[in-house]
Amino acid sequence: MGLKKGTEYTGMDVDVATYIAKELGTDAADITWVQAPSAQRETLISTGQVDMVVATYSITDARKEKISFAGPYFVAGQDLLVRADDSSITGPDSLKGKKLCSVTGSTSAQNVKEDVPGVQLQEFATYSECLPALANKGVDALTTDDTILAGFASQEEYKGKFKVVGQTFSEERYGVGLKKGDTALCEKVNAAITKMVTDGAWQKAIDDNLGPAGYKPGAGNPPTPDACA
Amino acid sequence: MGEIFENYDVLAAFGMTLYLTVFAAIGSLLLGTVLAVMRVSPVGVLRRLGSFYINTVRNTPLTLILLFCILGAFYILKLEFTPASSPTWVRDNGIRWAIVGLAVYHAAFVCEALRSGVNTVPAGQAEAARSIGLTFAQSMREVILPQAFRGAIAPLGSVLIALTKNTTVASIIGVAEASGLMKVIIENQTASVTVFLVFALGFVILTLPVGILFTALSRRLAVKR
Repeated sequence: MGLKKGTEYTGMDVDVATYIAKELGTDAADITWVQAPSAQRETLISTGQVDMVVATYSITDARKEKISFAGPYFVAGQDLLVRADDSSITGPDSLKGKKLCSVTGSTSAQNVKEDVPGVQLQEFATYSECLPALANKGVDALTTDDTILAGFASQEEYKGKFKVVGQTFSEERYGVGLKKGDTALCEKVNAAITKMVTDGAWQKAIDDNLGPAGYKPGAGNPPTPDACA
Repeated sequence: MGEIFENYDVLAAFGMTLYLTVFAAIGSLLLGTVLAVMRVSPVGVLRRLGSFYINTVRNTPLTLILLFCILGAFYILKLEFTPASSPTWVRDNGIRWAIVGLAVYHAAFVCEALRSGVNTVPAGQAEAARSIGLTFAQSMREVILPQAFRGAIAPLGSVLIALTKNTTVASIIGVAEASGLMKVIIENQTASVTVFLVFALGFVILTLPVGILFTALSRRLAVKR
C-alpha cells in the first residue's frame, strides 16, 4: 500500500511509517525509503539495511523465526474483486467452477488453491495484469487483501467497472518488521501505533488512502498491538 | 533442505521446467530453421522478412513476449488452445502459450546460430551444388544444411541452455515451473540461502550435462576441412 508518485511517497503504509518515525524522533524529510520486494524483506531487516519494514507485511509464525514484528497496525482480509455487473459471486462459497486471478506464489493464491477445490487460478507477476483479464471476462475474480482490491476498484481507468465483494475469508495482520529480538524498539513502535490510533491520525490515514475507494476497515480495526516478545 | 523436499513437490516443478524446455526447443528449432533458410534464400522478400523477424523478436524482452501471448492473444483476442468449458482451461492455455512464446523468442537465436553454421560451409560448395543442377531447396537439403547443423552445434547448445533458464520467465504468466515454486516457498518460509541453493543446483543439474554433451558433439561432428 505504498506508491511512488514523482518523488513523493504516498499510501497507507507510508503514512504509518512516517508517523512512527516522527514518534521515534525522525523527521519525515530525514527518512530514507527503500523498496522492499517480498523476497528480500527479511534479508533487508536482518542485515540492517533498513530499520523497519512497513509494507503490507503480514505477521506469520514462519517470519517471526527470522525477524520480530511490532503492531499490527491494520487488519485486512482476503476478498474478491469482480466485474460490477457480475452478481454470481457473493463470497468464497460461490466460486465453484469460476476462474480466479492472483499473484504467483502469494498467500492469497495458495489459500484459494487449498480451500476452494474446482476453482481455476491464473497467476501473474503483479495484480495489475489481472485487471485486463478480468475486464475481458477471461477470469471472473481477482483475489487478494481487501485493502489492495479497494485501491484497484478506485483506479481512474477502471472506475465503475469493478466492485469488491466484501466477504473476507482470511485475516492478514499487517505488522512492522524489525530486527529479531529488538524489544526496546518494538515497544516504542507499539506505543507510536497506539498513539496514532487514539489521536485520530490512524483514521485520517485510512480515510485519505482507502476512503476514495469506499473502503471501510473490517472487524478487528483499529487493532491493539501485540505484546513484544 | 530435506524440509523443502518434504513439503513441496520440487521435482514436479522442475518437471514442468523440463517440459517447457523440450517443447519450446522443438518449436524453436523448426521455426529457426525456416527463418535461417529464408535469410539465405535467393528471394529478396523472404530475406527481408527473415531479417525483420530476427530484429524485432530478438530485441523484444521475453517478459513482454510472454505477457503479450497471455494477455493480448489469449485473454483479449481469445485465441485459446482448449475450449473455455475445460476444467483446466487456465492451466493448459498458460502452458501452451508459454511454449509458443518461448519458441517464438528462441527461434530468432536458433536462426542466427544456424546462419553462422551456413557461413562455415565454403561458398564453392553452394556454387558446385547449383552447377550440377540442384535447385535452391535441394542444395540446402543435401549439401548446405547438414553441414550447417554440424557447424552450429556449439552455439545451438548455448541457445538450449539459455532456453532452459529462460523458462523461469513463464512463472510471470502463472506456469508452475521451478521459479514459481521458489516464489511460493519464499512467501511461506521466508527467503533463505538453502532455498536459492536448491533451485540453483536444480538448474545446474539440467544445464551442465547439456553443455558437456554439446561441446563433445561439436568436436565429434564438426566437418573437418
